[in-house]
Amino acid sequence: MSKFIQGIAASSGIAIAKAYRLETPNFSIEKKAIAAPEAEIERFLAAVDKAKGELEKIREHALQELGEDKAAIFSAHLLVLSDPELLNPVKDKIQAEQVNAEYALNETASMFVAMFESMDNEYMKERAADIRDVTKRVLAHLLGIAISNPSLISEEVIVIAEDLTPSDTAQLNRQFVKGFATDIGGRTSHSAIMARSLEIPAVVGTKSATAEIRNGDMVIIDGLDGQVVVNPSEEVLEQYMEKRSRFEAQKAEWAKLVHEQTTTKDGHHVELAANIGTPEDVKGVLANGAEGIGLYRTEFLYMGRSDLPTEEEQFEAYKTVLERMEGKPVVVRTLDIGGDKELPYLELPKEMNPFLGFRAIRLCLEMQDMFRTQLRALLRASVYGNLKIMFPMIATLDEFRQAKAILLEEKAKLQNENVPVAENIEIGMMVEIPAAAVLADQFAKEVDFFSIGTNDLIQYTMAADRMNERVSYLYQPYNPAILRLIHSVIEAAHKEGKWAGMCGEMAGDELAIPILLGLGLDEFSMSATSILRARAQVKKLSKEETASFKETILSMDTAEEVVAFVKKTFHIN
Amino acid sequence: MMEKVFKVTADSGIHARPATLLVQAASKFNSDINLEYNGKTVNLKSIMGVMSLGVPKDAEIKITAEGADAAEALAALTETLAKEGLAQ
Repeated sequence: MSKFIQGIAASSGIAIAKAYRLETPNFSIEKKAIAAPEAEIERFLAAVDKAKGELEKIREHALQELGEDKAAIFSAHLLVLSDPELLNPVKDKIQAEQVNAEYALNETASMFVAMFESMDNEYMKERAADIRDVTKRVLAHLLGIAISNPSLISEEVIVIAEDLTPSDTAQLNRQFVKGFATDIGGRTSHSAIMARSLEIPAVVGTKSATAEIRNGDMVIIDGLDGQVVVNPSEEVLEQYMEKRSRFEAQKAEWAKLVHEQTTTKDGHHVELAANIGTPEDVKGVLANGAEGIGLYRTEFLYMGRSDLPTEEEQFEAYKTVLERMEGKPVVVRTLDIGGDKELPYLELPKEMNPFLGFRAIRLCLEMQDMFRTQLRALLRASVYGNLKIMFPMIATLDEFRQAKAILLEEKAKLQNENVPVAENIEIGMMVEIPAAAVLADQFAKEVDFFSIGTNDLIQYTMAADRMNERVSYLYQPYNPAILRLIHSVIEAAHKEGKWAGMCGEMAGDELAIPILLGLGLDEFSMSATSILRARAQVKKLSKEETASFKETILSMDTAEEVVAFVKKTFHIN
Repeated sequence: MMEKVFKVTADSGIHARPATLLVQAASKFNSDINLEYNGKTVNLKSIMGVMSLGVPKDAEIKITAEGADAAEALAALTETLAKEGLAQ
């Protein structure tokens, strides 16, 4: 009998295969007296060697599939297994106390784990998890327990796990792993992001996948609707095979559009760009035929580390992105930290209302050393491509003027030092604070472009925390209030001969695209995987026709009314 | 025994990646190599030891080497520190 489990759609597509449970076994370590310590030490070192061999392979695999950034962690893991401060005490303990290797290793490693956990620094605390991960691999060999090893999978499977760690996901072999389902996680969790970059269907946050699915069960992963089906009936299986062929046929159809321009039926061009977080993402951007990068979120350079990235590190990252984009526009957003994105090493005080607090440009104008370092790195990289810079969370003209002045100061300094800087860098801003949207006509005189950040613009306009489920009904992209704000921003830009883009979730939304096209939006920036679908849609629309509905839509009363009208007019289900 | 004092110039001090590089460089030699900072001494061939020091920017560190290849080791570490822009 088919069993349905609802989760969160994390990566689109349909996968059908047998279940492979990725389990983390529980180790019970007993203290045993041993007679031959020399032999026990040999046994310990052999287990360490096997673990090293595995880690080498994982590192190689990560290097090929995910790039140097993500493989670096495994170099550190390997060093832990060569660390004399770990190996010697274990050997001494086996020798002196005549105890088994498992016990000696567990005791020694626990001491290090406790030491790192007690440190007053988030980054150092995370290192405790690394030591635990590495120790577990050695213990598994000592105990003769098979540790989950996704790289050994050699038949087509669906991976079922409570959660997938970075070392798990790095090892997934796309050839055999057709999809996965996890108990925990959301659309933005590590495993979901990885699934999208590997382009395999995934459903996360099912709560019960590991409880309800056994090894070898036939499983369907519907990454379009977030469904997992266990042991489907003939009938259900057929339905999904059909859904899969439809999806794949459509994908093939979209793939033909990779090198095409995004032009409406009546000949108007709009730019479809992609949002990225790291230089590694550029591969997906190009594969999906984006015409540029509309949002490069630089905060990832600052996260997951113990201190600020250097000018050199940033320069390398920006240069790489600009070079790989080969002259296509790249809009870089300067550091947007604060709110829900924390940097523990800045040691900022906790705030009652972080979304309304000390974040993004507010923080950068105060911590100018950090801001200037980023701007210098950007300016130096500017000669390698088509760079545009924008500032996040601008509320007042004064903030924009200050940020721009600092940028120009750094530019002049570099030029004095004879460092080449591109001449024509456009300087723009995010429009995500209602005050800036309302005053867009004044801003438009001073900026080169606007990029509307809908996620924040909606939450600030509706005064509804987007993390709070109880007010999630107020997160209404189609509310006429939001649409009127967007409209006035676009109008203001055009009046001054500037362009307006959008880089929130809304820009890639099937329902939003006809509305935004009608309002005159010039650039749509979305996740890379949405681009071809959006291009196919735009090619079927007439700009003139969408514009003819502008007044009707802007004078509606409710979001529901807008949605119903757009669905009916443009035949969207 | 040979020793050399450095001033850390890396904005991030000696954490993660720099620590990995230093330990890798030190491990190539037979000499006993230690790192001293803030009154504490750790084995420079120990990644966990080096990380546990949490050496910040502008810190003064001392590297000591004792053994047959002490001079080569110290020269190689000096080069790594300079090349990676970690300390001088």
